[in-house]
Amino acid sequence: MQIQPILAALKRHKAGTFLIALQIALTLAIVCNALFIIQQRVERISRSTGMIETDLMAIQNMWVGLSDENASEPLIKADLQVLRQLPGVQDALATNSYPLRGGGWSTGVRLNPEMKKPAAQTTQYFVDDHALATMGAKLIAGRNFRPDEVVAIDPKKFQFSPTVMVTKALSDKLFPGSSALGKQIYLSDGTPPSTVVGIVERLQVPWKGGFADNFEANSTLLPVQLTGNFTTYLIRSKPGQLASVLKAAPEALFKANRMRVLPSERGVRSFAMVRQDAYKSDRGMAILMGIICVVLLGITAAGIVGLTSFWVGQRRKQIGVRRALGATKNDILTYFLTENLLIGLGGVLVGALLAMGMNLWLMKQFEMARLSPLYVITGVIVLLLLGQGSVLAPAMRAARVPPVEATRSV
Amino acid sequence: MLGYYMLGYYIDLAWRSLRRSPGLTVLMVLAIGFGVAASMTTYSVFRAVSGDPIPWKSSQLFVPQIDAWGPSSRDSNGEPPDALTYTDAMALVHAHRAKLQSAMYRISPSLVPGQAGQHPINVSGHAVYGEFFPMLDVPFLYGSGWSADDDAHQAPVVVISGELNQKLFDGANSVGRSLSMDGKDYRVVGVMDSWNPQPRFYDLASSANFNAIGESVFIPFERGIAAGIYNSGNTNCHEPRTGPGFIGLQQSSCVWISYMALLDSSAAVSQYRQYLDGYAREQQRAGRFHWAPNNLLRDVPAVLDHQGVVPSDTRISLLVALGLLVVCLVNTVGLMLAKFLRRSGEIGVRRALGAPRRALYAQFLMEAGMIGAAGGALGLLLTGVGVMSVGWVFRPEIAALARLDWSLLGITMVLAVGVTLLAGVYPTFRAARVQPAWQLKSN
Repeated sequence: MQIQPILAALKRHKAGTFLIALQIALTLAIVCNALFIIQQRVERISRSTGMIETDLMAIQNMWVGLSDENASEPLIKADLQVLRQLPGVQDALATNSYPLRGGGWSTGVRLNPEMKKPAAQTTQYFVDDHALATMGAKLIAGRNFRPDEVVAIDPKKFQFSPTVMVTKALSDKLFPGSSALGKQIYLSDGTPPSTVVGIVERLQVPWKGGFADNFEANSTLLPVQLTGNFTTYLIRSKPGQLASVLKAAPEALFKANRMRVLPSERGVRSFAMVRQDAYKSDRGMAILMGIICVVLLGITAAGIVGLTSFWVGQRRKQIGVRRALGATKNDILTYFLTENLLIGLGGVLVGALLAMGMNLWLMKQFEMARLSPLYVITGVIVLLLLGQGSVLAPAMRAARVPPVEATRSV
Repeated sequence: MLGYYMLGYYIDLAWRSLRRSPGLTVLMVLAIGFGVAASMTTYSVFRAVSGDPIPWKSSQLFVPQIDAWGPSSRDSNGEPPDALTYTDAMALVHAHRAKLQSAMYRISPSLVPGQAGQHPINVSGHAVYGEFFPMLDVPFLYGSGWSADDDAHQAPVVVISGELNQKLFDGANSVGRSLSMDGKDYRVVGVMDSWNPQPRFYDLASSANFNAIGESVFIPFERGIAAGIYNSGNTNCHEPRTGPGFIGLQQSSCVWISYMALLDSSAAVSQYRQYLDGYAREQQRAGRFHWAPNNLLRDVPAVLDHQGVVPSDTRISLLVALGLLVVCLVNTVGLMLAKFLRRSGEIGVRRALGAPRRALYAQFLMEAGMIGAAGGALGLLLTGVGVMSVGWVFRPEIAALARLDWSLLGITMVLAVGVTLLAGVYPTFRAARVQPAWQLKSN
């Protein structure tokens, strides 16, 4: 195949050539970045919370008319008793937060009081000895909290807990190559240390992304029942009985004590709803980017079909002459495919640079991650194939131009 | 008269031409429609979240920041904390150097309905000073805000939202009636007309920026403090608190109070700056601050900008959608070029018969305009669908802000026709340059 004549022909169609190449370049740049955004969101959505999410539900409770912050201690105890004895309930837990809830406590962890900067960031879950069973989190070393270890404290007065459990991610971050089990860590300034008594395989922090991305699995569990105005209940139903517990649990709570508010929005949710609420905008963003990619590729393909068809129509006579001079159908087909490949190569070359430039700009503006070259390479291949695929139909039409066309005037 | 006649002729020519190659026409209309709709849908969200919530006086409303923490806690830009300590807020209140001003903090008391058997409800609002209402031009359905006297006497009064009034008093004029919050009785002095500015510019430090539901209750600041209604907004602390409870918070160096002041001239602004610096120097002399004054006084647009209230997802999707529109345009330029040049023969004949270039410009731009109008119509339809379904993509409190209104429809149409005409300029230029002699010869 000779490239020289193709280049000569393209020179006579500078505008069309330029427009197709430009379209391919822009499409490549946008599609690469959109795919990258999709991948980041999908990765985020598919993170595990470390809990067994079936048969799990959450209740957001706010106490009304408490005389002081500690007045909720007996109320929480009574609530837990009610919940744990409710038919269909396997276990229940009062906590300050849970994975994907969106709000919670975070603090820096130090290995000794003199450390200037914390060695890691962690969230704190204030729970009791029922935490692992209710959440369905897996203890991989050490022991669970003992019932007699659990204390009730006003959240505004909380200072430290002598024992804690941490996730494996936090353990690895604090003690690379060994285990945090049995070691001492400092969860706030000027307080005594906490001894790590157990390691949990995985437990996500309450936040799903953004600032929490670099400590998404660094969780600490404390045997502390926080009193105060707000209490969150996590409830595990017996297998398959979640639907009935979703209805029964709030009713039982109101029966036990009317002076509470369960917000109408997000007050009582199955964990499937919690997950859906948490990732709604990520899923939506991925879908939007997906739609835009499909529309972009479709429009670019259609544009190539349109312009190539026009060129084929314009060159019928020349094609006829070539055919009359002995060119085979295959030669004509190859000619148009090669022509498109040349334009496409020019387009993807510029497009790859544009894609990376766009990513650099997005990184600067929106703290996005660096685009992996794999996306650019995939994008390049997809667009070249798209170009070849789009040009196929008009090229085949060109190949069918009979040699006798050479003798006709238009 | 001739002009009108020719216009009809061009429309006719354009229509014939569009019908001659329906595939290309449909393709161009689809491209314009999709490109415009994607851009306008994402723009509708962007417009909603990036707007000025109080355009008529946002440049007169200022948020003071006082550095109560010192250099060790500043970020790289030397930014002081974005809220005030109780001590500093009270000093500003009592100095009263602004025309209108209010300290405020977020509250979420529980409200116990009068009828037995109803569950208590949780309401959200702010504890503010009486000047808050005239300062922010809060609209009232019944009654009004409260007086400086009520502030001073910690009066148990409340301003409620129209929605809450509907819920508790069936929408009747409830001024003078009472309601029970956190176990204490409050007298209603005003019922607001619907008021839920987006973003919630008066307390960006403590509230979520965008809120689908407006606030229900406003009580006097000093009343909230006296009644021990705890702050439900953000509390940021630099060092551990010494005392417990709400009193401990008031004595601490934690920042949790937002502040807004109305300063209606540049002289007032610079005087207020001087006052803030003077105050900080005074605190330095008294030994409370161990650093030189580091205050800020930003107006509302500057605060919105600094806080970055427009969510990044909104910006990214708008940018990607605009990218799609650009590709659609490039595509349309290419297709129009093909379409116009295919008619080189016809152009040659028209030119040879005496049609001036101007006529060709008019003819082809008319054709582009018609494609744009059709693309715009499709775009309107798709934008409608898009705005309805933004709830899929954006957080509900943001999606709720996106609205389909006449201005959005107008912009959609103008954008579609405008960009298509723009796309038509180069193909038209090329078509008008066709040499009549050459075309006639080759025929």
